[in-house]
Amino acid sequence: MSLLKDKKLIIIGDRDGIPAPAIEECLKDIDAQVVFSSTECFV
Amino acid sequence: MNSVLAATSYVLVHVPDMVLHNGSTQTTERTVNPGSAYLEALPKHIRSYEQALSYAPNQTYIGGLTPQQLSQREQPWYPQPVEGADRFARYGEIMPQDEFLLLLQICDVFDLVFLSRDFVTHTRAALAQHPLMNQDILARLKEGVDDEQITNFVNNEHAEGLYHKGQLVGYIKRAHDVDVNLTAHVVHENLVSKASSVLSLLHLIHNSGLNPEEIDYVIDCSEEACGDMNQRGGGNFAKAAAEIAGLKNATGSDMRAFCAAPAHALVTAASLVKAGTFKKVVVTSGGSTAKLGMNGKDHVKKDMPVLEDVLGGFAALICENDGVNPEIDLNLIGRHMVGTGSSPQAVITSLVLSPLEKAGMKIVDIDKFAAEMQNPDVTKPAGAGDVPQANFKMIAALAVKSGEIERGELNDFIQRHGMPGWAPTQGHIPSGAPYLGFARQDILDGTINNAMIIGKGSLFLGRMTNLFDGISFVMRANRGQDKREQGISRHEVRGLIAEALRSFAGSLGDQAGGSHA
Repeated sequence: MSLLKDKKLIIIGDRDGIPAPAIEECLKDIDAQVVFSSTECFV
Repeated sequence: MNSVLAATSYVLVHVPDMVLHNGSTQTTERTVNPGSAYLEALPKHIRSYEQALSYAPNQTYIGGLTPQQLSQREQPWYPQPVEGADRFARYGEIMPQDEFLLLLQICDVFDLVFLSRDFVTHTRAALAQHPLMNQDILARLKEGVDDEQITNFVNNEHAEGLYHKGQLVGYIKRAHDVDVNLTAHVVHENLVSKASSVLSLLHLIHNSGLNPEEIDYVIDCSEEACGDMNQRGGGNFAKAAAEIAGLKNATGSDMRAFCAAPAHALVTAASLVKAGTFKKVVVTSGGSTAKLGMNGKDHVKKDMPVLEDVLGGFAALICENDGVNPEIDLNLIGRHMVGTGSSPQAVITSLVLSPLEKAGMKIVDIDKFAAEMQNPDVTKPAGAGDVPQANFKMIAALAVKSGEIERGELNDFIQRHGMPGWAPTQGHIPSGAPYLGFARQDILDGTINNAMIIGKGSLFLGRMTNLFDGISFVMRANRGQDKREQGISRHEVRGLIAEALRSFAGSLGDQAGGSHA
């Protein structure tokens, strides 16, 4: 996760995969700034 | 007593010209990148009616193939046509575009749809031969207009063109000068949804053998919104479609919940009948023009036919318990709640595990799960994977976590409790609903005892909430509950007396035996 430290993040989640809020939850203890987060539906 | 699923219908409409002119991927591309290589290449990837007809997932959707037969065919399915495929099958049909354009005009009660004189003349006979188009419906068809009028309205009056085989054959005019909710584009989208819902209703009436006047209530569960600037989603598709289909004694309303709407609507319909509010409730839906060719860019890139060239529709009839048809068990309802969370594990737990645990059942007690039934031929080339398989894997993983099956049995579980996806990517259409017809038949045949139908919806697309949504219910073999609840039968009384006498005699024997000891 150090890879993402101090980075600005754009999160695109997949409704039938891993949705954005779940990805955000995994990243909340890291010093990274989520600038955009959205779940998309590809079907 | 639980209500029952008495009949279903499934229809597809092959609309290749609407892929080009009305699918949102194409209309967006035309706006942002009008000379793109994709738009230039797209027409070469459009399928003929015969190709769409003989496509195995389409045949499965209308009941021409069973899911088992489909799963035995090698994937991808599109290179291998089904031999001897028919337009009509057990549950419905695959209607060609030209006849559907006439049906579109039939469904227009505001003089907004106009077709060319030649086109009406040439197509009318074909629609008149349709076994379900009665005189009341055909009488609504108007005469055609001059080609100059069509060109003028499309070029100068903001009308939406109607095309067949690349030719402009009609138009839909806007219903208001400034209201964006009544533009020709919106009216087109809504009328297409209405017309494909009408077709689904006509097949449902035929499949059920009911007099259409016996239907009390209709629920539309599509994803469109009709209204004007003062009530953008006012509705009511359900009643509008019921009017054309001749359901004279029905009223109705629309339920919206993105792709989860069919499952929400079916639970509501089953509840309305169980409560005694209505005796016969129909859930219906037409198809979506916006989603035509949604993954077209990837299909063209991979030199495949554009497979999203059909509109989908379905209808289901929910009746009072007849002691025969499968029950919709309202004690087994799963729901994704506001506080459930969005992780896949949390979602599947709420929809699958929680309702079963509450009823003292296990995941393996459900014979078949039907979640997202999207056709993998469509989604895999677009990088979205095999959606039904992903859902079944998550259910299987939960069964492993609950200690119901071993990790090594995961694939076997998916084989036994899952199925391939065959539904067109029409949003609400794939969400559990395509299996209703087969589930009913499989339960009636005794092949399975029960099935869980799962609807999942992407609420976040509406930008009102980041929440996901879902609801599930279980269909199960009829337990003749109504007879039991009406009281005890003479036969059962005799049985109880006989058992009591046997028990009494047994106790006398025991006492006698005891005295000898």
